[in-house]
Amino acid sequence: MPEIKLTITHKVGLHARPASIFVKTAAEFSSDIEVTHGDKTVNAKSILAVLTLGAHQGSEIVVKAEGDDAEDALSALEELVTNNFGED
Amino acid sequence: MKTISGIPASYGIAIGPAFVFTRIEIVIEPCNIDDPEGEWKRFVEAQEATLQQLDKAFLKAQEELGEEAAGIFAAQKLMLQDPELINTVKYRVKTELINIETALFESSESYAQQLEAIDDEYLSARAADIRDVSSRCLRNLLGLKDSPADGLRTPSIITAQDLTPSDTVLLNKDLVLGFCTEVGGATSHTAILARGLGIPAVVGAGEPLSKIKTGDSLVVDGDAGEIIVDPDKQSLNNFRERQKRFLELQAEAEAISHQPAITTDGHQVEIVANIGSVDDVQPALLSGAEGVGLLRSEFLYLERSSLPTEEEQYQSYKTIADAFGDRPVILRTLDIGGDKDIPYIDMPPENNPFLGVRAIRLCLSRPEIFKPQLRAALRAGYGNNLKLMFPMVATVSDVECIRELFEECKEELRAEGQDVAEEMDVGIMIEIPSAAILADQLADVVDFFSIGTNDLSQYTMAADRTNAQVAPLASGFQPAVFRLIKNVIDSAHTKGKWVGLCGEMAGELLAIPILLGLGLDEFSMNPPAIPFAKRLISSISLEQSRQVAEIALTLKGDQEIRKYIQEVVPEVNRG
Repeated sequence: MPEIKLTITHKVGLHARPASIFVKTAAEFSSDIEVTHGDKTVNAKSILAVLTLGAHQGSEIVVKAEGDDAEDALSALEELVTNNFGED
Repeated sequence: MKTISGIPASYGIAIGPAFVFTRIEIVIEPCNIDDPEGEWKRFVEAQEATLQQLDKAFLKAQEELGEEAAGIFAAQKLMLQDPELINTVKYRVKTELINIETALFESSESYAQQLEAIDDEYLSARAADIRDVSSRCLRNLLGLKDSPADGLRTPSIITAQDLTPSDTVLLNKDLVLGFCTEVGGATSHTAILARGLGIPAVVGAGEPLSKIKTGDSLVVDGDAGEIIVDPDKQSLNNFRERQKRFLELQAEAEAISHQPAITTDGHQVEIVANIGSVDDVQPALLSGAEGVGLLRSEFLYLERSSLPTEEEQYQSYKTIADAFGDRPVILRTLDIGGDKDIPYIDMPPENNPFLGVRAIRLCLSRPEIFKPQLRAALRAGYGNNLKLMFPMVATVSDVECIRELFEECKEELRAEGQDVAEEMDVGIMIEIPSAAILADQLADVVDFFSIGTNDLSQYTMAADRTNAQVAPLASGFQPAVFRLIKNVIDSAHTKGKWVGLCGEMAGELLAIPILLGLGLDEFSMNPPAIPFAKRLISSISLEQSRQVAEIALTLKGDQEIRKYIQEVVPEVNRG
């Protein structure tokens, strides 16, 4: 299952608006997508689960996807995180 | 007449009848069902209705409260459509044959508790959001349409245990004069909302608030953080008078808040903000702050279970310092001990913690705590105007010890090839009488002073500021304290160093003429006080302030000084 490692640079972490956009982006794909922070792995399409990860600015997350559009999903999420969720 | 004390959350005076906001209790009766398909259909309908209500609430909030408040409803929509939550609910209804209300309540409550368990103020607020949205959906399921806000028909002061975003958006803002809540701090939903609306608010007033009934006559004093129940005629008149003047002055002050503070005879001083987190940056900038005179670093250490890493600290300090660009931001290193305790830092019990291993004393004895903060500050200060300040310095040798560690950190960072703020200014808080007396010696070894009047007063007067019986002694309006301040300013100026003041006194209008007259260079205060301070300074002269200060220092006590200033500088009266 393809995976990527990303660092959250956004100042509020994977919370608030960044978390919402992350989840919405993941939900656009049919693949199953998981996100891991520390020892916790959750469904990347669930806002509640993503919030419970407690990923702050500087946190490293691992995103895994499985399905027909797995590669596309990963590159979309990678772009989102590396572009600081479309801010500054 | 009765006075209840809380946390001042939004400035101004509100007078009017109480409206007690009681949430409708939702009673969930767990029961078994035999038609899971039908039960699921009920949920889908209630979910649809809830999403439509949230859309309406979003638009209403956007119009009345701005994007930030509206965002709460967008997030709640996402929560109610959360696949994990929905699947759990569906699964439980199907396999356990329980009613949808029980399944929804228990599943959302489980997420709320998980979010609460993480030590993070932001996530605790999200726990409130998931509860809020699930209650809304449950009300739809149970056919409970009545909102407690419907009873609000005359202009009133809203009192509540706490208010959720859904509650507040339902209120007709034209009828809300003020807010008071039993729980919450300066960053709670209610506080943010009240400031956004410019409505006076007192939060965290505790249990006594629950005794108030709808219709009780109330005054909310958002300056002092007090709620007066059944005020007598005389104090009611006083509050009315204050309210009127406050509104006039507020308009006047806000109009000039982004201009520099220059006295009528051309003397300019710096007006900066006291802040305690990244979230405080915007309010400070909006209030007209010319920088930050006190950035408390404790926010990074509180409500968590381990020390913040250097990287975490670096990111926060840099975000704040960068937001102010060329303008100064003064970071105060960790000030714990005394009444501020951090559970994961082992601090042996002391007989007298205020006179014990507090602030810099703790940091110097624990380099593994102190050095990451120094390193983070040195890195974060690269390319902006971050300055560093140390609390509770008593002697010159304290500064020497600090300098040694500071230089050590600098060298380490250089060796690692990191960008370092080579020219970072280093100052100290003057809050121990010995430091105030030895200001001439200390001025040789630092770049600036910032006077912490809260502690300087209590240490000078031997009066605990949290003990109401001796509070007037610790108020700071004591000739002894003013004489120490004078000594600090004179000693620093002789050596070409500048002096700020970041205690409560800096924003107290009665103190400003004296401090100005003594030659204070920088006034650092809570952001809401800034427009008023600027307005006052722009309306008086340095010359008059000097004369006033000279006489004030010869007076004999707190009340005498206050009375004198009120008489000779009528501009100090805010209402």
